[in-house]
Amino acid sequence: MDPSDVPGAPRGPGRERWLDAAAGPIVRPYAVTRGRTRPSGEPLDIVAILVATGRAASEPGRLSRHQRRLLALCRRPHALADLASDLNLPFGVIRVLAGDLVDSGLVEVQRWAAPASPLSPSTTYVQPHNDPNLLRRVLDELRAL
Amino acid sequence: MNSARSDSPPAAVASPDEADDREDGPRVALKILVAGGFGVGKTTLVGAVSEIRPLRTEESLTDASVGVDDLDGVAAKTTTTVAMDFGRITLRDGVAIYLFGTPGQERFWFMWNELSRGALGAVVLADTRRLTASFASIDYFERKGTPFVVAVNCFDNADHYDPPEIRTALDIDPHVPILLCDARHTVSAKQVLVSLVEHALRLAGGTRRV
Repeated sequence: MDPSDVPGAPRGPGRERWLDAAAGPIVRPYAVTRGRTRPSGEPLDIVAILVATGRAASEPGRLSRHQRRLLALCRRPHALADLASDLNLPFGVIRVLAGDLVDSGLVEVQRWAAPASPLSPSTTYVQPHNDPNLLRRVLDELRAL
Repeated sequence: MNSARSDSPPAAVASPDEADDREDGPRVALKILVAGGFGVGKTTLVGAVSEIRPLRTEESLTDASVGVDDLDGVAAKTTTTVAMDFGRITLRDGVAIYLFGTPGQERFWFMWNELSRGALGAVVLADTRRLTASFASIDYFERKGTPFVVAVNCFDNADHYDPPEIRTALDIDPHVPILLCDARHTVSAKQVLVSLVEHALRLAGGTRRV
C-alpha cells in the first residue's frame, strides 16, 4: 500500500507524513546517524556478528546513547539484525552506528574462517554458506530438532 | 573468540566462563530467505520453526533502492518505516539460522539484494491458486545463483497438484527440489528447511558461489 493512502495522511506538495507510536520514537533516523545514510566502510551484513573488543573508548563522551547501548549489548556476540530488533531502531540506522564502533575499534566483526582444504589451511577460506562441514552440521541439527 | 583481553577495564570483562559466552551469542549466522507472493504464508512458515522478531528498515536510508524502484521523487525523499519480521533458530555451538521473509513488492528489492548476499539459500513459497506470483522470486534466485527450493503451501481450499505438474507449470530446472508443505506445522516447515540445506550442500560440494 502506498503510505500516502493512509487515512489522515497530509497531502499536497512537500507533504510530510506523521508516524504513529507503533513506528517508534519520532526522531528522524538521519538525526540519529548525524545525517549519514551509509556506513563509512564496507557495509555490515544484516547477520554480521559483532562483539565488543573490550578496548576503552578514547572519547566516551562522543558516543551517542544508542552507541553506548550497542556497545553494552556487544559484550556478548550479537547479530546486527538482533541489535536492530533489541534497540527498536531501523536496520539502516543500526548499520551506520555499528559501523562507527567497528571503525573506532570498539567492536569487531566475528569472522568465520574455515580452511577450504585441510591440506592448505592458510591459502583460501570459505564463507559460512559455502562451507560443506558447517552445512552438514546444520542439517544434522535441523533434523534432530 | 577473544572474550577477555588484558587491556579491558574490569567491569567490561566478559564472564570468565567462556562456555557461557558461546551459548549466549552466535558465532556464525546463516541466512535463509523466504520469498513468495503476498499472503502465501511466509510469516506463518517462519513462525512455525522459529521465534519471530520484529525488524524495522528505513527506506530513505538505503539509497541503493534509487533506480531500482519506480517511486516518484517525492515519495523517495520521505521517510518510510517498513516493518519486516525475521526468525532465529539457535543451534548448538554458536550456529544460528536467520529466516527472513522477503517483502514481495518491487520497491523492496533493495532488501532482497541485501538479504541474498551470502545467503545459505531461499525457500520460494507457492500457492497453486496463484502460481504466477512465484515467477519473480524464482527468476531472481536463478539469476543470483542462490540455492532455492520451491515449497507449495497446501491451502485447504486449493486444488491439489503433484510436484511434477508444478515443475512444468513453473518451468523449474530438474535439480531444484519441489515439495508440498503446510506452512502452519512445525514438522512440515522444518522439512522444507532440511530440503533446502540438503540442496545447498549438494551445490556447495560442487561449484563455489560468492
